Amino acid sequence: MSERRKWHEGLRVTLWTLIVPPAIWAGHFLLSYLWAAISCAKAGRFATFPTLFVIGTALALTLIALSGWVAWVKARMPGDPPPHEESNEIDRLRFLAKSTLLLAGLSFVGVLFTALPVVFLRDCL
Amino acid sequence: MRRERGDAGAMRNPWLWMTILLGLGACNAEQSTLHVFGAEAREVRRMAGILATGAILIVAIMAALYVRAVRAPEGALSHQGGMRLVLWLGAIGPALILTALLLYALPAMRPRTAGPDDLVVRVDGEQFWWRIAYRPAGAGGELRSANEVRIPVGRPVVFELTAQDVIHSFWIPGLAGKMDMIPGRINRLVVRAEKPGRFRGVCAEFCGLSHALMAFDVIVMEGPAFDAWLDRSRGGSKGARASMGAALFDAQGCGGCHAVRGTPYDATIGPDLSRFGERRTLGAGILPPTLDNIAAFIRAPQAAKPGARMPAYPQLSVGQARAIALYLKGLQ
Repeated sequence: MSERRKWHEGLRVTLWTLIVPPAIWAGHFLLSYLWAAISCAKAGRFATFPTLFVIGTALALTLIALSGWVAWVKARMPGDPPPHEESNEIDRLRFLAKSTLLLAGLSFVGVLFTALPVVFLRDCL
Repeated sequence: MRRERGDAGAMRNPWLWMTILLGLGACNAEQSTLHVFGAEAREVRRMAGILATGAILIVAIMAALYVRAVRAPEGALSHQGGMRLVLWLGAIGPALILTALLLYALPAMRPRTAGPDDLVVRVDGEQFWWRIAYRPAGAGGELRSANEVRIPVGRPVVFELTAQDVIHSFWIPGLAGKMDMIPGRINRLVVRAEKPGRFRGVCAEFCGLSHALMAFDVIVMEGPAFDAWLDRSRGGSKGARASMGAALFDAQGCGGCHAVRGTPYDATIGPDLSRFGERRTLGAGILPPTLDNIAAFIRAPQAAKPGARMPAYPQLSVGQARAIALYLKGLQ
Protein backbone atom coordinates (compact mmCIF):
# COMPACT_ATOMS: atom_id res chain seq x y z
CA MET A 1 0.00 0.00 0.00
CA SER A 2 2.71 2.45 1.03
CA GLU A 3 4.67 1.45 -2.09
CA ARG A 4 1.73 2.39 -4.30
CA ARG A 5 1.23 5.72 -2.61
CA LYS A 6 4.89 6.46 -3.13
CA TRP A 7 4.56 5.55 -6.80
CA HIS A 8 1.89 8.10 -7.66
CA GLU A 9 3.11 10.70 -5.20
CA GLY A 10 6.24 10.81 -7.30
CA LEU A 11 4.15 11.97 -10.27
CA ARG A 12 3.84 15.69 -10.74
CA VAL A 13 1.37 17.89 -12.52
CA THR A 14 3.14 20.32 -14.83
CA LEU A 15 2.37 22.33 -17.93
CA TRP A 16 3.54 19.28 -19.86
CA THR A 17 1.20 16.79 -18.21
CA LEU A 18 -1.61 19.31 -18.80
CA ILE A 19 -1.42 18.70 -22.55
CA VAL A 20 -1.31 14.90 -22.30
CA PRO A 21 -5.12 14.27 -22.45
CA PRO A 22 -5.81 16.62 -25.41
CA ALA A 23 -2.70 15.29 -27.20
CA ILE A 24 -4.01 11.72 -26.85
CA TRP A 25 -7.41 12.94 -28.09
CA ALA A 26 -5.74 14.55 -31.13
CA GLY A 27 -3.74 11.39 -31.82
CA HIS A 28 -6.85 9.22 -31.57
CA PHE A 29 -8.77 11.62 -33.83
CA LEU A 30 -6.04 11.26 -36.45
CA LEU A 31 -6.07 7.48 -36.00
CA SER A 32 -9.86 7.40 -36.60
CA TYR A 33 -9.60 9.24 -39.89
CA LEU A 34 -6.55 7.31 -41.06
CA TRP A 35 -8.25 4.06 -40.07
CA ALA A 36 -11.36 4.87 -42.10
CA ALA A 37 -9.35 6.15 -45.09
CA ILE A 38 -6.94 3.22 -45.19
CA SER A 39 -9.66 0.59 -44.63
CA CYS A 40 -11.72 2.01 -47.48
CA ALA A 41 -8.81 2.63 -49.87
CA LYS A 42 -6.87 -0.58 -49.29
CA ALA A 43 -9.44 -3.17 -48.18
CA GLY A 44 -12.39 -1.53 -49.92
CA ARG A 45 -14.64 -2.03 -46.91
CA PHE A 46 -14.85 -1.81 -43.16
CA ALA A 47 -14.24 -4.73 -40.85
CA THR A 48 -17.47 -5.89 -39.17
CA PHE A 49 -15.74 -5.26 -35.87
CA PRO A 50 -12.51 -3.20 -36.09
CA THR A 51 -10.63 -5.02 -33.29
CA LEU A 52 -7.35 -3.13 -33.62
CA PHE A 53 -9.15 0.21 -33.63
CA VAL A 54 -11.15 -0.73 -30.53
CA ILE A 55 -7.91 -1.73 -28.75
CA GLY A 56 -6.37 1.62 -29.74
CA THR A 57 -9.44 3.44 -28.42
CA ALA A 58 -9.36 1.49 -25.13
CA LEU A 59 -5.67 2.38 -24.77
CA ALA A 60 -6.35 6.08 -25.41
CA LEU A 61 -9.23 6.08 -22.89
CA THR A 62 -7.05 4.32 -20.29
CA LEU A 63 -4.20 6.80 -20.70
CA ILE A 64 -6.59 9.75 -20.43
CA ALA A 65 -8.26 8.21 -17.37
CA LEU A 66 -4.81 7.68 -15.79
CA SER A 67 -3.70 11.29 -16.30
CA GLY A 68 -7.13 12.39 -15.03
CA TRP A 69 -6.62 10.25 -11.92
CA VAL A 70 -3.18 11.72 -11.24
CA ALA A 71 -4.61 15.21 -11.65
CA TRP A 72 -7.53 14.34 -9.36
CA VAL A 73 -5.15 13.12 -6.62
CA LYS A 74 -3.15 16.34 -6.89
CA ALA A 75 -6.29 18.50 -7.06
CA ARG A 76 -7.51 17.17 -3.71
CA MET A 77 -4.70 19.01 -1.97
CA PRO A 78 -6.40 20.95 0.88
CA GLY A 79 -6.56 24.71 0.57
CA ASP A 80 -8.66 27.68 -0.53
CA PRO A 81 -11.59 27.26 -2.91
CA PRO A 82 -11.05 28.34 -6.54
CA PRO A 83 -10.05 30.57 -8.28
CA HIS A 84 -6.45 29.48 -7.77
CA GLU A 85 -4.94 32.66 -9.11
CA GLU A 86 -2.29 33.67 -6.60
CA SER A 87 1.25 33.80 -7.91
CA ASN A 88 2.61 31.09 -5.63
CA GLU A 89 3.64 27.45 -5.87
CA ILE A 90 0.56 25.91 -4.25
CA ASP A 91 -1.99 27.85 -6.32
CA ARG A 92 -0.05 27.16 -9.52
CA LEU A 93 -0.13 23.43 -8.75
CA ARG A 94 -3.83 23.45 -7.85
CA PHE A 95 -4.66 25.39 -11.01
CA LEU A 96 -2.70 22.95 -13.19
CA ALA A 97 -4.27 19.92 -11.46
CA LYS A 98 -7.84 21.23 -11.86
CA SER A 99 -7.23 22.20 -15.50
CA THR A 100 -5.72 18.81 -16.29
CA LEU A 101 -8.66 17.06 -14.63
CA LEU A 102 -11.20 19.07 -16.68
CA LEU A 103 -9.23 18.55 -19.89
CA ALA A 104 -9.06 14.81 -19.17
CA GLY A 105 -12.86 14.70 -18.80
CA LEU A 106 -13.35 16.60 -22.05
CA SER A 107 -10.79 14.45 -23.91
CA PHE A 108 -12.39 11.24 -22.60
CA VAL A 109 -15.79 12.25 -24.01
CA GLY A 110 -14.11 13.50 -27.21
CA VAL A 111 -12.35 10.18 -27.83
CA LEU A 112 -15.55 8.26 -27.11
CA PHE A 113 -17.65 10.39 -29.50
CA THR A 114 -15.02 10.06 -32.25
CA ALA A 115 -14.70 6.30 -31.84
CA LEU A 116 -18.41 5.39 -31.78
CA PRO A 117 -19.14 6.34 -35.41
CA VAL A 118 -16.06 4.40 -36.58
CA VAL A 119 -17.33 1.30 -34.77
CA PHE A 120 -20.98 1.68 -35.80
CA LEU A 121 -20.84 3.00 -39.36
CA ARG A 122 -19.52 0.38 -41.70
CA ASP A 123 -19.84 1.86 -45.16
CA CYS A 124 -17.19 3.55 -47.30
CA LEU A 125 -19.08 6.48 -48.83
CA MET B 1 -53.21 41.80 -12.55
CA ARG B 2 -50.96 43.65 -14.96
CA ARG B 3 -49.48 40.39 -16.16
CA GLU B 4 -52.94 38.99 -16.98
CA ARG B 5 -53.80 42.03 -19.06
CA GLY B 6 -50.52 41.61 -20.93
CA ASP B 7 -51.33 37.98 -21.74
CA ALA B 8 -54.76 38.85 -23.07
CA GLY B 9 -53.15 41.52 -25.24
CA ALA B 10 -50.79 38.98 -26.78
CA MET B 11 -53.68 36.61 -27.47
CA ARG B 12 -55.57 39.36 -29.30
CA ASN B 13 -52.54 40.21 -31.44
CA PRO B 14 -53.54 39.35 -35.04
CA TRP B 15 -49.89 39.04 -36.12
CA LEU B 16 -49.26 36.29 -33.60
CA TRP B 17 -52.24 34.30 -34.88
CA MET B 18 -51.34 34.88 -38.51
CA THR B 19 -47.81 33.63 -37.87
CA ILE B 20 -49.14 30.52 -36.11
CA LEU B 21 -51.69 29.94 -38.88
CA LEU B 22 -48.90 30.09 -41.49
CA GLY B 23 -47.53 26.93 -39.91
CA LEU B 24 -50.70 25.11 -40.96
CA GLY B 25 -49.46 25.40 -44.55
CA ALA B 26 -46.99 22.64 -43.70
CA CYS B 27 -49.80 20.17 -42.95
CA ASN B 28 -50.29 17.75 -45.82
CA ALA B 29 -50.19 14.04 -46.49
CA GLU B 30 -48.05 14.04 -49.65
CA GLN B 31 -44.83 15.73 -48.62
CA SER B 32 -44.31 15.55 -44.89
CA THR B 33 -41.78 13.96 -42.57
CA LEU B 34 -44.68 13.47 -40.14
CA HIS B 35 -46.83 11.55 -42.63
CA VAL B 36 -44.54 8.61 -43.28
CA PHE B 37 -44.88 5.73 -45.71
CA GLY B 38 -41.39 4.22 -45.46
CA ALA B 39 -39.43 2.33 -42.81
CA GLU B 40 -36.54 4.79 -42.72
CA ALA B 41 -38.77 7.86 -42.39
CA ARG B 42 -40.64 6.10 -39.56
CA GLU B 43 -37.33 5.74 -37.71
CA VAL B 44 -36.51 9.43 -38.31
CA ARG B 45 -39.94 10.46 -37.00
CA ARG B 46 -39.49 8.35 -33.86
CA MET B 47 -36.10 9.97 -33.21
CA ALA B 48 -37.57 13.43 -33.75
CA GLY B 49 -40.28 12.58 -31.22
CA ILE B 50 -37.72 11.43 -28.64
CA LEU B 51 -35.59 14.55 -29.17
CA ALA B 52 -38.57 16.91 -28.95
CA THR B 53 -39.88 15.19 -25.79
CA GLY B 54 -36.42 15.30 -24.23
CA ALA B 55 -35.98 18.97 -25.11
CA ILE B 56 -39.37 19.88 -23.59
CA LEU B 57 -38.53 17.91 -20.43
CA ILE B 58 -35.16 19.65 -20.09
CA VAL B 59 -36.73 23.09 -20.55
CA ALA B 60 -39.39 22.25 -17.94
CA ILE B 61 -36.79 20.98 -15.45
CA MET B 62 -34.59 24.04 -15.98
CA ALA B 63 -37.59 26.36 -15.54
CA ALA B 64 -38.52 24.58 -12.31
CA LEU B 65 -34.93 24.90 -11.04
CA TYR B 66 -34.85 28.61 -11.87
CA VAL B 67 -38.13 29.18 -10.03
CA ARG B 68 -36.83 27.26 -7.03
CA ALA B 69 -33.53 29.17 -7.03
CA VAL B 70 -35.25 32.56 -7.29
CA ARG B 71 -37.84 31.80 -4.60
CA ALA B 72 -35.44 30.11 -2.15
CA PRO B 73 -35.09 32.05 1.10
CA GLU B 74 -31.81 33.81 1.82
CA GLY B 75 -29.12 31.33 2.87
CA ALA B 76 -31.06 28.21 1.83
CA LEU B 77 -28.74 27.50 -1.11
CA SER B 78 -25.05 26.80 -0.62
CA HIS B 79 -22.25 27.60 -3.03
CA GLN B 80 -21.07 24.00 -2.85
CA GLY B 81 -24.55 22.70 -3.70
CA GLY B 82 -24.68 25.02 -6.70
CA MET B 83 -21.29 23.84 -7.92
CA ARG B 84 -22.40 20.22 -7.57
CA LEU B 85 -25.53 21.02 -9.59
CA VAL B 86 -23.42 22.59 -12.34
CA LEU B 87 -21.15 19.52 -12.39
CA TRP B 88 -24.03 17.04 -12.70
CA LEU B 89 -26.55 18.95 -14.78
CA GLY B 90 -24.01 20.94 -16.79
CA ALA B 91 -21.33 18.36 -17.57
CA ILE B 92 -21.92 14.76 -16.52
CA GLY B 93 -25.66 14.66 -17.30
CA PRO B 94 -25.40 16.13 -20.83
CA ALA B 95 -22.38 13.90 -21.64
CA LEU B 96 -24.34 10.79 -20.59
CA ILE B 97 -27.50 11.87 -22.46
CA LEU B 98 -25.53 12.66 -25.64
CA THR B 99 -23.68 9.33 -25.43
CA ALA B 100 -26.99 7.48 -25.07
CA LEU B 101 -28.49 9.37 -28.04
CA LEU B 102 -25.39 8.66 -30.14
CA LEU B 103 -25.56 4.94 -29.31
CA TYR B 104 -29.26 4.93 -30.21
CA ALA B 105 -28.93 6.93 -33.45
CA LEU B 106 -25.75 5.50 -34.97
CA PRO B 107 -27.08 2.02 -35.82
CA ALA B 108 -29.97 3.70 -37.66
CA MET B 109 -27.46 5.44 -39.93
CA ARG B 110 -26.19 2.17 -41.32
CA PRO B 111 -27.32 1.77 -44.92
CA ARG B 112 -30.08 -0.77 -45.50
CA THR B 113 -29.09 -3.84 -47.42
CA ALA B 114 -30.43 -4.78 -50.83
CA GLY B 115 -30.05 -7.97 -52.82
CA PRO B 116 -28.91 -8.35 -56.42
CA ASP B 117 -32.53 -9.05 -57.48
CA ASP B 118 -33.92 -5.83 -56.06
CA LEU B 119 -35.15 -3.08 -58.34
CA VAL B 120 -32.58 -0.37 -59.08
CA VAL B 121 -33.88 3.09 -59.96
CA ARG B 122 -31.27 5.48 -61.24
CA VAL B 123 -32.12 9.14 -60.76
CA ASP B 124 -30.09 11.96 -62.31
CA GLY B 125 -30.63 15.47 -61.03
CA GLU B 126 -30.74 18.07 -63.82
CA GLN B 127 -31.48 21.80 -63.78
CA PHE B 128 -34.46 21.61 -62.97
CA TRP B 129 -35.91 18.15 -63.50
CA TRP B 130 -35.29 14.47 -62.78
CA ARG B 131 -34.06 11.86 -65.23
CA ILE B 132 -35.33 8.45 -64.13
CA ALA B 133 -34.24 4.98 -65.31
CA TYR B 134 -35.78 1.79 -63.88
CA ARG B 135 -33.37 -1.15 -64.00
CA PRO B 136 -35.17 -4.27 -62.84
CA ALA B 137 -33.23 -7.50 -62.41
CA GLY B 138 -33.70 -9.95 -65.26
CA ALA B 139 -34.51 -9.47 -68.92
CA GLY B 140 -36.45 -6.60 -70.38
CA GLY B 141 -33.95 -3.80 -70.22
CA GLU B 142 -34.31 -0.45 -68.55
CA LEU B 143 -37.26 1.90 -68.67
CA ARG B 144 -36.53 5.61 -69.03
CA SER B 145 -38.84 8.19 -67.58
CA ALA B 146 -38.77 11.62 -66.00
CA ASN B 147 -40.16 13.60 -63.08
CA GLU B 148 -42.13 10.73 -61.61
CA VAL B 149 -40.93 7.82 -59.48
CA ARG B 150 -43.01 4.66 -59.19
CA ILE B 151 -41.99 2.02 -56.66
CA PRO B 152 -43.57 -1.21 -55.43
CA VAL B 153 -44.78 -1.46 -51.84
CA GLY B 154 -42.99 -3.80 -49.41
CA ARG B 155 -39.89 -4.45 -51.55
CA PRO B 156 -36.44 -2.93 -51.13
CA VAL B 157 -35.66 -0.41 -53.88
CA VAL B 158 -32.15 0.88 -54.55
CA PHE B 159 -31.94 4.47 -55.72
CA GLU B 160 -28.67 5.22 -57.51
CA LEU B 161 -28.35 8.97 -57.29
CA THR B 162 -26.13 11.25 -59.32
CA ALA B 163 -26.29 14.60 -61.13
CA GLN B 164 -25.22 16.00 -64.49
CA ASP B 165 -24.63 19.68 -63.78
CA VAL B 166 -24.57 20.86 -60.16
CA ILE B 167 -25.19 19.22 -56.80
CA HIS B 168 -28.84 18.37 -56.18
CA SER B 169 -30.40 16.46 -53.31
CA PHE B 170 -33.01 13.73 -53.55
CA TRP B 171 -35.60 13.90 -50.80
CA ILE B 172 -38.89 12.06 -50.40
CA PRO B 173 -39.76 13.24 -46.87
CA GLY B 174 -42.33 10.53 -46.16
CA LEU B 175 -40.05 7.72 -47.36
CA ALA B 176 -36.46 8.30 -46.23
CA GLY B 177 -33.82 10.86 -45.38
CA LYS B 178 -32.34 13.11 -48.05
CA MET B 179 -29.31 12.11 -50.10
CA ASP B 180 -27.03 14.36 -52.16
CA MET B 181 -26.74 13.88 -55.93
CA ILE B 182 -23.17 14.74 -56.86
CA PRO B 183 -21.83 14.94 -60.44
CA GLY B 184 -19.33 12.16 -61.15
CA ARG B 185 -20.37 10.05 -58.20
CA ILE B 186 -23.18 7.61 -57.43
CA ASN B 187 -24.79 7.62 -54.00
CA ARG B 188 -26.96 4.66 -53.07
CA LEU B 189 -30.13 4.99 -51.04
CA VAL B 190 -32.01 1.81 -50.16
CA VAL B 191 -35.67 2.32 -49.21
CA ARG B 192 -38.75 0.23 -48.53
CA ALA B 193 -42.20 1.74 -48.92
CA GLU B 194 -44.78 0.49 -46.45
CA LYS B 195 -48.07 1.59 -47.99
CA PRO B 196 -49.35 2.43 -51.45
CA GLY B 197 -50.32 5.96 -52.35
CA ARG B 198 -49.34 9.16 -54.11
CA PHE B 199 -46.61 11.25 -52.53
CA ARG B 200 -44.11 13.94 -53.45
CA GLY B 201 -40.36 14.42 -53.42
CA VAL B 202 -38.26 17.55 -53.83
CA CYS B 203 -34.75 18.80 -54.50
CA ALA B 204 -33.26 19.64 -51.12
CA GLU B 205 -30.01 21.33 -52.21
CA PHE B 206 -30.04 24.80 -53.76
CA CYS B 207 -29.26 24.19 -57.44
CA GLY B 208 -30.16 27.38 -59.28
CA LEU B 209 -33.01 29.75 -60.16
CA SER B 210 -35.77 27.15 -60.15
CA HIS B 211 -34.51 25.04 -57.27
CA ALA B 212 -37.77 25.61 -55.39
CA LEU B 213 -39.69 24.47 -58.51
CA MET B 214 -37.88 21.15 -58.80
CA ALA B 215 -40.11 18.42 -57.42
CA PHE B 216 -41.47 15.06 -58.52
CA ASP B 217 -44.37 12.73 -57.94
CA VAL B 218 -43.88 9.48 -56.07
CA ILE B 219 -46.38 6.72 -56.73
CA VAL B 220 -46.23 3.63 -54.54
CA MET B 221 -48.03 0.69 -56.15
CA GLU B 222 -48.91 -2.84 -55.06
CA GLY B 223 -46.22 -5.30 -56.25
CA PRO B 224 -48.20 -7.04 -59.05
CA ALA B 225 -49.62 -3.73 -60.32
CA PHE B 226 -46.11 -2.29 -60.42
CA ASP B 227 -44.76 -5.29 -62.35
CA ALA B 228 -47.61 -5.01 -64.84
CA TRP B 229 -47.02 -1.26 -65.22
CA LEU B 230 -43.29 -1.79 -65.80
CA ASP B 231 -43.91 -4.46 -68.46
CA ARG B 232 -46.55 -2.33 -70.16
CA SER B 233 -44.40 0.79 -70.09
CA ARG B 234 -41.39 -0.85 -71.67
CA GLY B 235 -43.43 -1.32 -74.83
CA GLY B 236 -43.95 1.55 -77.26
CA SER B 237 -45.81 4.67 -76.20
CA LYS B 238 -49.49 4.45 -77.00
CA GLY B 239 -51.11 7.47 -78.52
CA ALA B 240 -48.14 8.43 -80.69
CA ARG B 241 -50.24 8.47 -83.81
CA ALA B 242 -50.49 10.96 -86.65
CA SER B 243 -52.24 14.19 -85.66
CA MET B 244 -51.77 17.91 -86.06
CA GLY B 245 -49.94 17.92 -82.72
CA ALA B 246 -47.65 15.09 -83.82
CA ALA B 247 -46.82 16.97 -87.03
CA LEU B 248 -46.04 20.15 -85.07
CA PHE B 249 -43.97 18.15 -82.54
CA ASP B 250 -41.91 16.94 -85.47
CA ALA B 251 -41.73 20.24 -87.36
CA GLN B 252 -40.68 22.26 -84.32
CA GLY B 253 -37.85 19.83 -83.59
CA CYS B 254 -39.19 18.77 -80.16
CA GLY B 255 -37.74 15.32 -80.87
CA GLY B 256 -34.27 16.88 -80.98
CA CYS B 257 -34.31 16.93 -77.17
CA HIS B 258 -37.23 14.71 -76.06
CA ALA B 259 -37.69 10.98 -76.53
CA VAL B 260 -41.00 9.23 -77.21
CA ARG B 261 -40.78 5.44 -77.04
CA GLY B 262 -41.97 3.69 -80.21
CA THR B 263 -41.20 6.71 -82.44
CA PRO B 264 -37.92 7.79 -84.07
CA TYR B 265 -37.47 10.38 -81.30
CA ASP B 266 -34.88 9.02 -78.86
CA ALA B 267 -32.95 12.11 -77.78
CA THR B 268 -31.85 12.28 -74.15
CA ILE B 269 -31.27 16.00 -73.69
CA GLY B 270 -34.63 16.84 -72.14
CA PRO B 271 -37.17 14.80 -70.15
CA ASP B 272 -38.47 11.57 -71.73
CA LEU B 273 -42.09 12.18 -72.79
CA SER B 274 -43.10 8.57 -73.56
CA ARG B 275 -45.69 8.39 -70.78
CA PHE B 276 -46.36 12.10 -70.35
CA GLY B 277 -50.11 11.51 -70.45
CA GLU B 278 -50.13 9.50 -67.22
CA ARG B 279 -48.14 12.00 -65.18
CA ARG B 280 -49.90 13.94 -62.47
CA THR B 281 -47.91 17.12 -62.90
CA LEU B 282 -46.19 19.28 -65.49
CA GLY B 283 -42.75 20.88 -65.29
CA ALA B 284 -41.29 18.58 -62.57
CA GLY B 285 -44.04 18.60 -60.00
CA ILE B 286 -45.18 22.22 -60.22
CA LEU B 287 -48.33 22.54 -62.40
CA PRO B 288 -51.46 20.50 -63.08
CA PRO B 289 -51.06 19.04 -66.60
CA THR B 290 -54.03 20.79 -68.20
CA LEU B 291 -53.99 21.61 -71.92
CA ASP B 292 -53.77 25.34 -71.13
CA ASN B 293 -50.83 24.86 -68.76
CA ILE B 294 -48.95 22.62 -71.18
CA ALA B 295 -49.52 25.02 -74.08
CA ALA B 296 -48.36 27.98 -71.98
CA PHE B 297 -45.30 26.01 -70.83
CA ILE B 298 -44.31 25.20 -74.44
CA ARG B 299 -44.63 28.85 -75.52
CA ALA B 300 -42.74 30.25 -72.51
CA PRO B 301 -41.11 27.69 -70.19
CA GLN B 302 -39.18 30.39 -68.32
CA ALA B 303 -42.43 32.03 -67.22
CA ALA B 304 -43.25 28.94 -65.17
CA LYS B 305 -39.65 27.91 -64.45
CA PRO B 306 -37.04 30.66 -64.44
CA GLY B 307 -33.72 29.39 -65.73
CA ALA B 308 -35.20 26.33 -67.46
CA ARG B 309 -32.96 25.11 -70.30
CA MET B 310 -35.84 24.47 -72.72
CA PRO B 311 -36.08 27.24 -75.34
CA ALA B 312 -39.32 29.21 -75.61
CA TYR B 313 -41.60 28.75 -78.64
CA PRO B 314 -43.40 32.11 -78.88
CA GLN B 315 -43.77 31.63 -82.64
CA LEU B 316 -46.41 28.97 -81.99
CA SER B 317 -49.97 30.21 -81.78
CA VAL B 318 -51.98 29.22 -78.71
CA GLY B 319 -53.94 26.84 -80.93
CA GLN B 320 -50.78 25.17 -82.23
CA ALA B 321 -49.33 24.85 -78.74
CA ARG B 322 -52.63 23.31 -77.58
CA ALA B 323 -52.42 20.82 -80.46
CA ILE B 324 -48.97 19.71 -79.24
CA ALA B 325 -50.35 19.56 -75.69
CA LEU B 326 -53.18 17.32 -76.88
CA TYR B 327 -50.64 15.03 -78.56
CA LEU B 328 -48.54 14.90 -75.36
CA LYS B 329 -51.60 14.17 -73.20
CA GLY B 330 -52.29 11.17 -75.42
CA LEU B 331 -48.88 9.59 -74.82
CA GLN B 332 -49.34 6.75 -72.37
